[in-house]
Amino acid sequence: MKLPPIGTLGPFLALLVACAFFASQSDRFLTGGNLSLILQQVMVVGVIAIGQTLVILTAGIDLSCGMVMALGGIVMTKFATDLGLPPLLAVACGIGVTTLFGLANGLLVTRVKLPSFIVTLGTLNIAFAITQLYSNSQTVTDLPPLMTALGNTFAIGGKDGGTEVALGTVLMLALYALAWFVLRETAAGRHVYAVGNNAEATRLVGIPTQRVLLMVYVIAGFFYGIASLLSVARTGVGDPNAGQTENLDAITAVVLGGTSLFGGRGIILGSLVGALIVGVFRNGLTLMGVSSIYQVLVTGILVILAVATDQLSRKGARG
Amino acid sequence: MSTPLVMQAKGLVKRYGQVTAIAGADFELRAGEILAVIGDNGAGKSSLIKCLSGATVPDEGEILLDGQPVHFKTPIDARRAGIETVYQDLAVAPAMSISENLFLGRELRRPGFLGSVLRMLDKKRMLDQSIARMQDLKVGIRSMTQAVETLSGGQRQCVAVARAAAFARHVVIMDEPTAALGVKEGNMVLELIRRVRDQGLPVVLISHNMPHVFEVADRIHVARLGKRAAVLNPKKISMSDTVAVMTGAMPAESIPAECLA
Repeated sequence: MKLPPIGTLGPFLALLVACAFFASQSDRFLTGGNLSLILQQVMVVGVIAIGQTLVILTAGIDLSCGMVMALGGIVMTKFATDLGLPPLLAVACGIGVTTLFGLANGLLVTRVKLPSFIVTLGTLNIAFAITQLYSNSQTVTDLPPLMTALGNTFAIGGKDGGTEVALGTVLMLALYALAWFVLRETAAGRHVYAVGNNAEATRLVGIPTQRVLLMVYVIAGFFYGIASLLSVARTGVGDPNAGQTENLDAITAVVLGGTSLFGGRGIILGSLVGALIVGVFRNGLTLMGVSSIYQVLVTGILVILAVATDQLSRKGARG
Repeated sequence: MSTPLVMQAKGLVKRYGQVTAIAGADFELRAGEILAVIGDNGAGKSSLIKCLSGATVPDEGEILLDGQPVHFKTPIDARRAGIETVYQDLAVAPAMSISENLFLGRELRRPGFLGSVLRMLDKKRMLDQSIARMQDLKVGIRSMTQAVETLSGGQRQCVAVARAAAFARHVVIMDEPTAALGVKEGNMVLELIRRVRDQGLPVVLISHNMPHVFEVADRIHVARLGKRAAVLNPKKISMSDTVAVMTGAMPAESIPAECLA
């Protein structure tokens, strides 16, 4: 029996330490209701982080994730309210748009051979502009109830209602389980790691690396679309200003979760832990009455600490 | 001729713009041998190997594999035809396990529903086969589940050679496999190359390292000025004469007949 390297255990320990700290600072932190709230707050970032993890595993980065998610939310809500499309069709259109953005990112990275950083910096701004133009910077309201169904909660345990759990949280956990299975147990998933590890060697053994990369961006776009739906369900509106904190929070979550920005290393469940760390910090600081701008400050410090840990631990491992 | 030819090239020409890298080169690889390919820089050695491994397409000439003409457009074509190439720069995925590296791109799936519908990998079977394979080749690596990056350079190269040997049906081409290694590690890889040959796979070994070439090669193909200058028998000719043939100091006509192979 061998202990997992600190790299895999570290994020989990950090989460426990953060929880212990906030529990000591606020009586309300460890209540079922609050923990359920954290999970609900985390579900959007958590699902974006799945897509982001895939991209980062291939040694890329997707800066457009939050803005694409916001665009998807506006598209699905506007299509349902203005165009009167049935809710499910409108949702499919929204997810379709985010998937197309993923396809565009992927094609620019694989065919035009542009660095993902620049490509997604461009699509970040494009998605943001389209979101604002299409929505006139107005929040979309009066959504059909089906669209916000994932925000509904059901009770588990307890006799007076117990703890409310949102359906979206369950969906997020299911998506993590799916991603974990594919990345760990299938050849397609292992190829994602291989491309991030040594793209040239992977190509030379006969794996179509460009197709793997393209698929990663497309699937990431698809996950952002599901995150759009979760965001709409959680807030009950189509918000043109959604995605602004999620954009960096998702990247922070992935890095905190131990996935290396240099590609090829990381565990998808780490990103869930990373998203929870971000959520716990935001929630805990709010309970302590710390202003939201300090939360941004803390997130910034967290991400640098996480990258530094990654860098230093890998140096140490090489000796 | 007693041993059949596994791979043969006739009159290969490759031009890059104004430069003619190979000008009508011939090549013959016999069954069960280690053929070293040597040559000075610019002698057309790497262009020849690139044609054989599918990395470039020759402008003229033909390549025969087991007597059948083949036309490789990419290294993947060559691989499908049973030719595996080991590259100098350690072509492995460092963070992945040895077993995963050995089966990269050729993963085995579980039988039945788990494999065909859920597409689950059969990690156990890949691991068992990796262990068996490495034992066959007498590569002393303790655990197949450890990441390749925990290995020394020589051990990593052994993983790359073992992968090539496991999947090659006809030929293994090795491009400077010992160049980046120290003495002991280099010997380890040479030993492995011999074992690959002894298991019946012919090996093409490109190397600058004369002692290594003389230690393992059965025949030496000397490339010079875009052609094959001679094929030498390392048991008969000296190292310094070989270098003389390679540099042109000794013309091919003046090589004693018993030194040719």
